[in-house]
Amino acid sequence: MKTAVIVFPASNCDRDMIVALEKITGHKPHIIWHQDEEIPPVDLIALPGGFSFGDYLRCGAMAARSPVTKKVIEHADRGGNVIGICNGFQILTETGLLPGALMRNESLKFVCKDAALRVENSDTPFTNAYSEGQVITVPVAHHDGNYFADDETLKAIEGEGRVAFRYVDDAGQMTKASNPNGSRNNIAGIINRRKNILGMMPHPERLIDDVQGGTDGLGFFQSMINAIN
Amino acid sequence: MTPKIKWNNNVNITPALVKEHGLSDDEYALCLKILGRTPTLTELGIFSVMWSEHCSYKSSKLHLKTLPTKAPWVIHGPGENAGVIDIGDNQAIIFKMESHNHPSYIEPYQGAATGVGGILRDVFTMGARPIANMNALRFGAPDHPKTRHLLSGVVEGIGGYGNCVGVPTVGGETNFHSSYNGNILVNAMNVGLADQDKIFLSAAAGIGNPVIYVGSKTGRDGIHGATMASTEFTEDTEEKRPTVQVGDPFTEKLLIEACLELMSTDMVVAIQDMGAAGLTSSSVEMASGGGVGFAFNLDMVPQREEGMTPYEMMLSESQERMLIVLKPGREAEAKEIFDRWDLDFAVIGVITDTGNLTLTFKGEIVADIPTQPLADNSPEYDRPWVKTAPKADLKPADVAAPEDMKQALLKMIGSPNLCSRDWIWQQYDTQVMADTIQKPGGDAAVVRIHGTNKAVAITTDCTPRYCHADPFEGGKQAVAETWRNLTAVGATPLAITDCLNFGNPERPEIMGQFVGCIEGMREACIALDYPVVSGNVSLYNETNGTGIHPTPAIGGVGLFKDSSKMVTIAPKAEGEILILIGETRGHLGASLYLDVMEGREEGRPPPVNLALEKKNGDFVRVQINEDRISACHDISDGGLYVALAEMVMASEIGMDITIDNGNTPLHAYAFGEDQGRYILSVSPEYRDEVLRNARADGVTAQVIGKTTGASLTLTAADPISMSELIGTHQNWMPDYMSID
Repeated sequence: MKTAVIVFPASNCDRDMIVALEKITGHKPHIIWHQDEEIPPVDLIALPGGFSFGDYLRCGAMAARSPVTKKVIEHADRGGNVIGICNGFQILTETGLLPGALMRNESLKFVCKDAALRVENSDTPFTNAYSEGQVITVPVAHHDGNYFADDETLKAIEGEGRVAFRYVDDAGQMTKASNPNGSRNNIAGIINRRKNILGMMPHPERLIDDVQGGTDGLGFFQSMINAIN
Repeated sequence: MTPKIKWNNNVNITPALVKEHGLSDDEYALCLKILGRTPTLTELGIFSVMWSEHCSYKSSKLHLKTLPTKAPWVIHGPGENAGVIDIGDNQAIIFKMESHNHPSYIEPYQGAATGVGGILRDVFTMGARPIANMNALRFGAPDHPKTRHLLSGVVEGIGGYGNCVGVPTVGGETNFHSSYNGNILVNAMNVGLADQDKIFLSAAAGIGNPVIYVGSKTGRDGIHGATMASTEFTEDTEEKRPTVQVGDPFTEKLLIEACLELMSTDMVVAIQDMGAAGLTSSSVEMASGGGVGFAFNLDMVPQREEGMTPYEMMLSESQERMLIVLKPGREAEAKEIFDRWDLDFAVIGVITDTGNLTLTFKGEIVADIPTQPLADNSPEYDRPWVKTAPKADLKPADVAAPEDMKQALLKMIGSPNLCSRDWIWQQYDTQVMADTIQKPGGDAAVVRIHGTNKAVAITTDCTPRYCHADPFEGGKQAVAETWRNLTAVGATPLAITDCLNFGNPERPEIMGQFVGCIEGMREACIALDYPVVSGNVSLYNETNGTGIHPTPAIGGVGLFKDSSKMVTIAPKAEGEILILIGETRGHLGASLYLDVMEGREEGRPPPVNLALEKKNGDFVRVQINEDRISACHDISDGGLYVALAEMVMASEIGMDITIDNGNTPLHAYAFGEDQGRYILSVSPEYRDEVLRNARADGVTAQVIGKTTGASLTLTAADPISMSELIGTHQNWMPDYMSID
């Protein structure tokens, strides 16, 4: 599986993503600076977490208008796989590749903690190594992860099985207390209709080694290998 | 008013102007002697900030010199931007802790944010990639009207900056006490990783070499920040808001990446961040350190505002700026890097052989100061001091037993100084960089050295109520507690950074606290072979004549050659044997129990027997490193019962405890804060071996119970359920912060 990681000014989970992709695919990803005009042919493009352009204006808004992002959109339009983690998810909604928006957390505070996620749809290139209904624990770390979509959009996302992950409690129940940011329907991650683009707020790339406290993030990357190879 | 400054001063340097700049008569006389003439306004400003307490350490340096700073693993001790220690394989850890107290009280978000930014620059300017942030925070009493607002702003500021630059904030400590009502303490620590053959220093060299300014533009923010930090607060402190700088973590992140990229080439001769006193202190330090002069054309300084004067440019504390000496002819190559990161890059001057800092503005010389005497002949005071009078000893019998042990423990763990800090830690990205292997909440944070099996353990500690009761014992204890916390996770303690926060040094009793703490620290550092490699002093933490508790915050760093040896405070299974290490005498003087349960602050603090400390700690570390220990926790604030409760909450596994308190009253045994103690949780198969080893080493060890079930059952107390424990521990801070 050939991969590329896009780096914007003040991306800060780029290294974590590069390490995870290299560990799992055995190949170092292409590292693409936001001013680069070309992305070599790859199977997967990752938009990493961070504070691209300092989160000024709106999280992800400026990165969504970077020259390189046009190339990401072209890749996605050709059916290529794209993942956006945290700030990457914000960028994907800002480009319109994914519906909805990520608003400021309901608490108005940054939140960093382990979140239990329920795998809602295991029939995607990003979740097939998990089983449906499986509860995994993955850290969240964001200030603007409160997923919002209007009723109609939400109905479509839910109806088409496009919720990839939902915040739940340890028992797998969707509760208010288990929702770290106020997201509608406890949504942690979604996919597009064509199932080649995923955005999620939690950070699976931080949980790929036992010393990090668990390996629940491995299945996410394994899924892509299963789907692509 | 914009003063028009010329070489032959238009601005008359009056005694009032000199006084306003905080220079004493003697200091001004020295200034006249160094210059051989009356200073220009710009020069007066430069002398004023360079000789401020904050920059010159004039009251403290006499005493700081007595601290041990050397060990075979110390590469650079105090005097550089940060301390540097050897961790093997050509790698080095670079770290320092610094205060940002005064600005944080005036404007908590920006004060704390720029505190983080400043300490990051101290570390990456030496060639290190920052890998962890820590902090030590003190706030006033919870019922003080400003405390909530300050806590909220400081935590948000630390998170806002650290999260954006992508350096994990892995822990720290937070205390509340009324002595900080008018002066909170915000001490930020950073730890970075560098290759030993790529460490950069600030001493300039090479006559004719270009001097480069990079980073943010210079504005009018922070002018006189260092001077503000060198005086007491009064009623009009709020008016000093404009002296607080404004941080931009986005620029800092770009600056880190651009500087590290530049430093990976061979272009850099010397580099220094512009911290307190901005362009002034960075240029004076670089020039005097290298025994050379700098000639700057101030017209070339990137400016954010129009009409800035040389005085303002030299005294601005605008953030995210660095000064670099390049090898000749490499300017274009270096500029390319900064252009790519969208950062200002300006050649503002050259190195000269005059030894002077010579500033030109619009074609005229506005300052011409010999840097060596400015830096080296700065005032040094042996301020009068009086030893803190010893407190009367407090016997366990002087403290009433609680009516109900269970309720006492719940009250303790739900009190402001012992309750869960999750509300704070959840606002920090504790895991970015994906190398955090022990998160906040344990005895020390542990961060893996990227791509290796090694790890560093980091902790910050100080018990100001001990330092207040007995500065000498308190200074010793602060150092010993960091050493103990690093030991408790299994790391080998290597060195410390200190952030010494005190009141007004012109008062002999405050100076006596300072001297006492330093003496205690020195003794502990020597006994534990644990030198000071960097640090900072913050004096004048006083408002209207009331000083803070003496607070020498210590940041300790330890090493794991094999990070798989690390343990946490959480036992791993039911049926583990709990072993108490160390002597328990029931010392309640200056304890948290006395404060929380009785509202009393009395007595001597628990003495630290350094020989015993070392013996017990070395024993514990060996047991951990030889894989006989499942979990370990040191016993500190709140004593044995609080430590046990913390282990239960961390593991969510209960305990059954039976203690033999002999002649010591049970409440003193349970909550006393005797030093040098640990609790080990050991799988049954290792029980006898650990006890045998303890006996062989002459270490006091006794079995006090085992892990079992889902509640904490203690001698003479009703069982406490997991939910009761966790609920009580978790609720105080969110409840407190949710009150409007």
